[in-house]
Amino acid sequence: MLVAGRTGTLLLLLGAAVVASMPWWASSYHLQLASTALVSAMFALSLQLLVGGAGMVSLGHAAFFGVGAYAVYLLPPGLSIGLTLPAAALLAGVAALPVGALSLRTRGFFFLMVTLAFGQMLFFLFHDTPLGGGKDGVFVTRPAFEIFGLLWEVPRRQRAQVLLWVNLGLLIAMYAALAALMRTLFGHALLGIRANEDRMQALGYDTRRIKLVAFVIAGALAGISGHMWAMTEAFVNPEFLSWHRSAEALLMVLLGGIGALHGPILGAFAYVGLGEAATLITERQRLVEGLVFLAVVLLLPKGLAGLLPRGKEGGR
Amino acid sequence: MDLSGLFAQVLNGLQYGLLLFLISSGLTLIFGVMGVINLAHGSMFMIGAYLAYVIASLTGALWLALPLAVLGGLAMGAALEAGLFRRFYKREHLDQVLLTFALILLFEEARSAMLGNDFHAVPVPAILDFSVPVTAEFAYSAYRLAVLVVCLFVALLMFLGIERTRIGSAVRAAAEKPEMVDLLGLDARRIHLLVFAVGTALAMLAGALAAPLQSVYPNMGESFLIICFVVVVVGGVGSIAGAFWAALLIGLVDTLGKAYLPEIAGLVVYLLMAGVLLWRPSGLFAPGR
Amino acid sequence: MSALEAEALTRRFGGLTAVADVSLSIAVGELHAVIGPNGAGKSTLVNLLSGTLPPSSGRFRLGGQDVTGWPSWRLAQAGIGRSFQRTNVLREMSVFENVRLAAQAAGFAPGLWLRRAKRAAAPIEAARAALARVGLEREGIAGTLSHGELRLLEIAMALATHPRVLLLDEPLAGMGPEEGERVAALLKELARDHAVLLIEHDMDFVFAVADSMTVMVDGRVLEQGTPTAIRASDAVREAYLGTDA
Repeated sequence: MLVAGRTGTLLLLLGAAVVASMPWWASSYHLQLASTALVSAMFALSLQLLVGGAGMVSLGHAAFFGVGAYAVYLLPPGLSIGLTLPAAALLAGVAALPVGALSLRTRGFFFLMVTLAFGQMLFFLFHDTPLGGGKDGVFVTRPAFEIFGLLWEVPRRQRAQVLLWVNLGLLIAMYAALAALMRTLFGHALLGIRANEDRMQALGYDTRRIKLVAFVIAGALAGISGHMWAMTEAFVNPEFLSWHRSAEALLMVLLGGIGALHGPILGAFAYVGLGEAATLITERQRLVEGLVFLAVVLLLPKGLAGLLPRGKEGGR
Repeated sequence: MDLSGLFAQVLNGLQYGLLLFLISSGLTLIFGVMGVINLAHGSMFMIGAYLAYVIASLTGALWLALPLAVLGGLAMGAALEAGLFRRFYKREHLDQVLLTFALILLFEEARSAMLGNDFHAVPVPAILDFSVPVTAEFAYSAYRLAVLVVCLFVALLMFLGIERTRIGSAVRAAAEKPEMVDLLGLDARRIHLLVFAVGTALAMLAGALAAPLQSVYPNMGESFLIICFVVVVVGGVGSIAGAFWAALLIGLVDTLGKAYLPEIAGLVVYLLMAGVLLWRPSGLFAPGR
Repeated sequence: MSALEAEALTRRFGGLTAVADVSLSIAVGELHAVIGPNGAGKSTLVNLLSGTLPPSSGRFRLGGQDVTGWPSWRLAQAGIGRSFQRTNVLREMSVFENVRLAAQAAGFAPGLWLRRAKRAAAPIEAARAALARVGLEREGIAGTLSHGELRLLEIAMALATHPRVLLLDEPLAGMGPEEGERVAALLKELARDHAVLLIEHDMDFVFAVADSMTVMVDGRVLEQGTPTAIRASDAVREAYLGTDA
């Protein structure tokens, strides 16, 4: 997968700096919106490991986002983020393991349907049983900003900006980790599987195991993004697990470009921006969404990432 | 256990399963023959149901909705195939997913703009608004029986069409081995158009039949779509017979689950699917490979 | 000792038996050719021996170990390398990455997964060696190679996995005479340190390079033996070579 080249990385960092400086020039509403985009970008990035990394198109990825978000509700209130964030990743990864193990017995169209069905199963788990606090969602207590015993008391007034920085930091860390992962032997094997799975098997790769590991990592990363969503909004809802959210993330991936690791970040910001612009014109959000989906598929099959300067091909 | 209650649930399950069959058969054929994933197939079901609602409230004659659903479905399917899907057969799954998801959003939005977001009950047609005594103490809704009969009839027509006609056997060959179309020198375009139109018509017919049973509501297509995915996975892609038996199985399991295990009813069919994946990942009735 | 030993391998597809009761044994240093008319089951045999298809019955051993029913990736790990009848490479990747990935597959244990691909020297060197051995000097994306170069790439990929057994399914198909001669020399050389099973249609070529042969007709073994014995066999002459004789 294309990891952004030097100029591309510079542009991405410039974008990060602009977002980081928002507290000094943007309204609190826009801070919140930027946080939404950052968390969406994390979620789409985790999906990119599956789609762009190994050619696995999952329609159930939101389930792990939801599990990560519900971790905030299920864990006792008052814990620190240093505990809840790894716990959310762990829970989502644990949920992804059996789902992945079963789904990966299939490929292509079957894989898509099976991930969708299992995602829906997890949705029902939170929607229909008392486990998740009911189908209308519940408010949650935000975990404290405390790492290694250092408590950071954030006054209410500054909460939006601190969340923005935390989300930005996590997104950068996630991108850096995935970029490093794609440069390893494992990452190269994943790309080989995406290019031609049968051939990789004939070469001696246990492709199902490699894909399962990627699936679990992607699930855990989705859990992190879900956790940050719950923390930003202080609210969780079964809709977090719905397949609409999975489809949205797929759109962000496609909008940004499946050939580039940074594609989903551009895609997420473009998508959130478009949604925001659309509310100025019409109240019918689904109409706009539908038209955007349609336009992207029909007109932009390569995604936005092509607009950034090309980096080096990962597999060379 | 209450035996006549169980009997009623089994009938309900069969009738639900047959409706699922009408929807899944189109889904499985469209994928089997054209290799395209149609998430908007559930929307066709939704449109069929709303069509029945509109016809019933305008004319009071629900039966009129059935031929209209079939004709409208054929036209809609043909238009979608020729205008849009044809270009996506060779594209990646991701593109197909987003295209058809876009269609779902647009169809739902159109439905909301024209008919609003309320639930609507659709009355059972007056001539079928009675119960058929099955045993001394147990009677069953005549409309449900009629749905059962109509679905069986349609299923029979499909089997005959596929087994006994030239184009039918071509479709079956294409669904099991897509490269066969070229080998047999068949007109692929015509087959694609036919499969898409018929599949869409079946889904709309199912919607029209289901309207009085389910009432009509926003996003009703999606829950059916996902259950139908389970049917296709359990039955095996491209296999009509597989879709038939799997639909009956899922219909029964889901209905009985809701009746007797209400706490975990939502999960039962998915657990069944997990079991099938462990045991036979290509489906219970997949053509031999 | 024989590196590869098949015993009554059989594969049925529904009512059709594609491979019936095929037994053969190949030692390291031996080039064993399988010939037969189209549809004789040669490619199915390769698919059975590489684990792409499970056999319906029969067994086969690799270096004395029973490996029947192993999936393809495990057989590849155990020392079976193959090329495909229809070119099968990672088309959108570079030539070098194709071979490097093949080399990386050998002993790809989780402990190695997180090594930087650029710094993992062993697969890089193995890939260079394999490319040098087949004499493929092209760079760039695999999809842009000529047909003959792709056949060489296939062989290089098979070689890079460090196999003991090489299953080569028509490596010369579609090659010009000059390239063909180069590959012939290469095959002879490869047979020195591998057990090679070769499927090929060009009879002059086969008789020139093979140490031993199996003639298949309708999925069955018609005759086995040295090229001289096969040439002298009446059954083979009648059933198969007859058209040429």
